[in-house]
Amino acid sequence: MLSKDSSKEKKSIRSEYGKTLVELGHKNKNIVVLDADLSCSTQTAMFGKEFPDRFFNIGIAEQDAMTTAAGLSTTGKIPFVSTFAMFATGRAYDQIRNSICYPKFNVKIVATHGGITVGEDGASHQALEDVALMRLIPNMTVIVPADCVETREVIKFAAEYKGPVYIRLARTNVVNIFDPEKYKFDPKKALIVKEGKSVTLVSNGETLTETLDCAELLEKQGIEAEVIHMPVVKPIDKETLIASAKKTNRVITVENHSIIGGIGSAVCETLSENYPVKVTRIGIADEFGQSGEQRALMNFYKLTGECLAERIAKSL
Amino acid sequence: MTENAQTLTEKEILELKELCNEMRKDVVSMIHAAKSGHPGGNLSAVEIFAVLYKKCIKICPEWDKSSDFDKRDRFVLSKGHASAALYSILARCGYFSVDELLNFRKLGSNLQGHPSCRHAKGVEVSTGSLGQGLSMACGIALGLRLDKNPATVYVYLGDGEMQEGSVWEAVMNASHHNLNNIIAFIDRNRLQIDGNTENIKAIEPLADKLEAFGWNVIEIDGHDVEEIYEAVCSAKTMDRPTAIIANTIKGKGVSYMENNAGWHGKAPNDAEYETAMKELSR
Repeated sequence: MLSKDSSKEKKSIRSEYGKTLVELGHKNKNIVVLDADLSCSTQTAMFGKEFPDRFFNIGIAEQDAMTTAAGLSTTGKIPFVSTFAMFATGRAYDQIRNSICYPKFNVKIVATHGGITVGEDGASHQALEDVALMRLIPNMTVIVPADCVETREVIKFAAEYKGPVYIRLARTNVVNIFDPEKYKFDPKKALIVKEGKSVTLVSNGETLTETLDCAELLEKQGIEAEVIHMPVVKPIDKETLIASAKKTNRVITVENHSIIGGIGSAVCETLSENYPVKVTRIGIADEFGQSGEQRALMNFYKLTGECLAERIAKSL
Repeated sequence: MTENAQTLTEKEILELKELCNEMRKDVVSMIHAAKSGHPGGNLSAVEIFAVLYKKCIKICPEWDKSSDFDKRDRFVLSKGHASAALYSILARCGYFSVDELLNFRKLGSNLQGHPSCRHAKGVEVSTGSLGQGLSMACGIALGLRLDKNPATVYVYLGDGEMQEGSVWEAVMNASHHNLNNIIAFIDRNRLQIDGNTENIKAIEPLADKLEAFGWNVIEIDGHDVEEIYEAVCSAKTMDRPTAIIANTIKGKGVSYMENNAGWHGKAPNDAEYETAMKELSR
């Protein structure tokens, strides 16, 4: 399942999204795409160029974009709506809740620029709470893919699945973790990316790369970490999580999101009700982000593989 | 539905007036039985709902069985609190039984406080949180246009609702795409919960604003069934989206509720209910 490509070449998740949309657009004429004046950033512009009739740039009006997508879905269309995670989930929360999720309409929200790695634009644009907000709404499926290979499969899944889906994509270019020939996305299953027995590390999105780097560093110190990749934050795969907790009795979550409400919270909720073990949530504490270059921010918030390994080794 | 006729006959007018009276009794009875609801803004909407559902909207009560289901006209109740009047006309068009109306707002009922398309038959989309219906209508209209489907999308907004910024995002969207398959009614009863719209945050000059945004605007007496019908006929010939500003009376038909913002969201007690039903039975 893991990539055999040793080049460590970083690839754009957003471009993969744009390309996948175009591919799906050729196969299914019901796919329509909406954006809110960020189509060059979200890469939905690729679809717009190929299918101008099925692309709606709603302008800087995220609320209108969400509800227009809801309306389109009632006519049998499969709308993908994209903008930055901040504006999708923050500005248009009510529209997503009441006009999309309550009636369980078939709308796919693919939000880019999730997390601290938005970078230089700073706190106003860094959505650190989007997963929490989306996870709260009944009928919503929440997915945070880790690399281009998985993003492609997740977008294809969303197009097939009937109902609202929130997909969070990072701005960051990432190394391919998964092998495109072998990877299969199963919405019901978290992936054990590395087996181990000392501690369970749970992550998703771009922090999966860091968590794997961390696990490698821990290995050198004799700590055998099990790494679970949990792209589907909701509905969560309880089985895989509980089984791993039973094995290691120590769980640490890693996310590029507030430690309140994201994968860390989802893991705590599941384990405290089913198999209570000590859980440490690593992510952004209860605070706003700030400007900075992507890597500098990852270092500052101690989310790089090295920072994670140092902290985790000390805590065990 | 009357095809092509641009005016209503005397007989049709009489039937509609009788229907409106029954709908008003439904609304008052439903809200009285539920001990909650929004009588004012339901009573102001009655004539428009009656004319739309009986004379304009291509309806499809047996929609699960009909092959013409996709061709039906769509109705979006943006001011979802006018749910009682909507349920009343839906029942009277055969979507569900009139007896069911008294379950309005009760636990387990399909007739939720604000319309839910996953509960009540005939409700196209769920509404209730203001400011979203026109965007929804734009989405439906764009979808219909992609399919070359000639159906019309009707949307019903409150006048106070025009204070929601998202309405104006949608107003812009509709004119940008020239969505002439949208006909939007604005229930201009001049009152919102806290008082007169013009004292709270003025929406006038409303017609000028909508025209400036590229819409065709028609102003009518929203309680005159002929004017309502003629406005819709005229709107259907337009190459732009049309807003019909319907001047109405909040609480219309029940003397003590008329033009009284206090009756926006309050149920009549037993004595008030009796008085209202007596007035509506005259």
